[in-house]
Amino acid sequence: MSIAWQDQLHSIEATDRGLESAGYIANRSISTAVYLAHHLRKPILVEGPAGVGKTELAKALSSWLGLSLIRMQCYEGLDESKALYEWKYGKQLLYTQILKDRLGAVLGEEPGLESALTKLHGFSDLFFSEHFLEPRPLLRALREPGGAILLVDEVDKADQEFEAFLLEILSDYQVSIPEIGTIKADVPPIVLLTSNSQRDLGDALKRRCLHLHIGLPDARLEARIIATRVPGVEENLRRQLVAFVQQIRTLDLKKQPSVSETIDWARVLVLLHVRELDPTLVRETLNVLLKFESDIEAVEPQLGELLLKAKREAVPVR
Amino acid sequence: MAQGMNTPLLDFFRAARSAGLRISPAESIDAVQAVQFVGFEDRARLRDTLGLVLAKTAEEKRAFAACFDLFFTRAGFREETAGDSDPAAPAEGQPEGQGEGQGEGQGQGEGGLSRLILAGDQAALAAAAEEAAAEAGVSAITIFTQVNLYTRRILERMGLGAVEREIAAAPEAPRTARLRAGRDRLREQVKDLVQQNLLLYAQGRNEEFRERVLSRTRMSAIDRRDHDRMRLLVRAMARRLATQYGRKRKRDRRGVLDVRKTLRRNMGWEGVPFLTVWKQETIDKPKLVVLCDVSGSVAALAQFLLLFLYSLNEALAGLRAFAFSGALADVSDLLEHQPIDRAIPAVMDRAGFGSSNYGRALADFEGGFMPLLDSQTTVIILGDGRGNRTDPRVDILARMANRAKQIVWLNPEVRTVWGTGDSDMLRYAPHCRVAAVCNTLDQLDRVISDLLRDGA
Repeated sequence: MSIAWQDQLHSIEATDRGLESAGYIANRSISTAVYLAHHLRKPILVEGPAGVGKTELAKALSSWLGLSLIRMQCYEGLDESKALYEWKYGKQLLYTQILKDRLGAVLGEEPGLESALTKLHGFSDLFFSEHFLEPRPLLRALREPGGAILLVDEVDKADQEFEAFLLEILSDYQVSIPEIGTIKADVPPIVLLTSNSQRDLGDALKRRCLHLHIGLPDARLEARIIATRVPGVEENLRRQLVAFVQQIRTLDLKKQPSVSETIDWARVLVLLHVRELDPTLVRETLNVLLKFESDIEAVEPQLGELLLKAKREAVPVR
Repeated sequence: MAQGMNTPLLDFFRAARSAGLRISPAESIDAVQAVQFVGFEDRARLRDTLGLVLAKTAEEKRAFAACFDLFFTRAGFREETAGDSDPAAPAEGQPEGQGEGQGEGQGQGEGGLSRLILAGDQAALAAAAEEAAAEAGVSAITIFTQVNLYTRRILERMGLGAVEREIAAAPEAPRTARLRAGRDRLREQVKDLVQQNLLLYAQGRNEEFRERVLSRTRMSAIDRRDHDRMRLLVRAMARRLATQYGRKRKRDRRGVLDVRKTLRRNMGWEGVPFLTVWKQETIDKPKLVVLCDVSGSVAALAQFLLLFLYSLNEALAGLRAFAFSGALADVSDLLEHQPIDRAIPAVMDRAGFGSSNYGRALADFEGGFMPLLDSQTTVIILGDGRGNRTDPRVDILARMANRAKQIVWLNPEVRTVWGTGDSDMLRYAPHCRVAAVCNTLDQLDRVISDLLRDGA
């Protein structure tokens, strides 16, 4: 029963190292969550501000464990025909057309309508069999022979009804298709659900999940993240820019820059061959970090001061 | 063995529940399983693990962290005091329990406690205190006035009586001085223990109780210092309703085929239904017009009603608010552009605290805002219907009722006094689809959620 990737999750430390090898620097609770998700067979519900690496976690997991990542983006109006399965109507129709003649041959000898029908019943449900089933992400994840990573992205954007529908899959790793029966996963996939807290998710869903909240990282963790994601940044610059971003986060802004923005900014600085932060440069690249005009306006006047502070603090961060 | 391992966890679940976490039986089973994987040894890891399984929102995470720290730090008295008592304790030399303790048989009975105190054995004292606390049922503590009671009970169970007698018997002996100091310290420590239990087990329950009481108290009678808490409560209620009703306004009734639309859609295939169209039901968001009497008698209620409605924003298609005591004032802009905490006092400034004149307010409305009303609009009027003997202008209300979908009148007065004195309520009531008593948060919640359910 044991499959190679499952052995890789044998301890929390191993999980931590594994994620790091895939370029994802996890804090303690993230690796604990992944470890437990596998051992308790429970999905993880990941919440947190945009850009802290919720989706990234799933990608890192899939590349580390060598599993395929099956992603389902949620949106309002998503229903089971898009999430779970759909009948291949076209193919069904085509086949009925092709088989029409054969059908005539088979049923031709039957004397009456009644007996023709009984004969037809003998052929089981030809057109509602697996051949005509179009699997959508959820079903694909369940049927993946070696297991998979299923990412249900932004589940808060889907409707409440859909949430209820997820429950069966999340608790038993199986789905019921009326025409075929119950399909159960041989190897339960690792399921991650992400949410930006646009609305409160139902209690029933939450109860079935491990709840992982990823917040904005502290300076040390962020520096490590930058080091792995943007290897071209020099040590000195890295500390400065992390300290600067940490400073900005203490301000009262509409949208705090999150890790993805820090990474983008670091990339920009590397492209510009920057070795040291200076005010004009920061001012010109600030729009990478801050996404609202009002935020940029709020930060600009304090720029010099923030930079000084950042440089002072950059030294002791080791 | 598994049983024994779980007892501290079960205690912790109880503590966590009282701290406001909702832990279902299923979740507690999960937690026990999870702990079997990670073990108790590493406290930080245990904390991560339980946090993942038990706390499901940001607030719960916070409550959980506080509760976890409180729960797991209390397992022992701080050792800080042990240091200074040790050098002065020659008694430590003799192997404890061998000589005098044996006769007692029951560990911490007579004499046992004084020996522990003299030996400065903090760990044993802590264990004894915990045991006595469990016997005294300290986890049933509910309010702070019980702290002394429980402290005394625990100390008695630990055998403080014997220590006191020993002190009284030889008041001058050097040993007594140390005993006295140790006793005082012990008393403090036990008191701390009880305090912790109070925090652990009672805090959540008290908060809950308070909120329950508040939501049933007449809003006009709510104390000013409870207003903040009320605001939070109102917001929470509104948020619940908004998520319930705010989202989907159009729903496919799967399984009910819309034959007409399906045929039209599939004309290209000679009516062979490749594409199916299902019947839909549309649920309209209610449009609301609110008229609030903000004269002295109804002001408190008006505040909370407005707060409620504006917290509901996303569940409503449109909301116009008017306030009056004498003349009518349009306050929608105030409420929309300012944070609600500042807006409401501004509304009160603009229109409030005079003596009410319903006739004039209704006339003002007819004069300026009648076109707002259409067949989808619900009018909510909030007021006691006491117009200080001015002309009630019931005719205008009748015309409004004709134009609008419905009129809902919320009256903070109990039904029996409607129509007494200067109240015109009984004359207004026939034109309202609903005329309801509404003076507590619970009633407000009920009325509004009924409104939303009908799509108003």
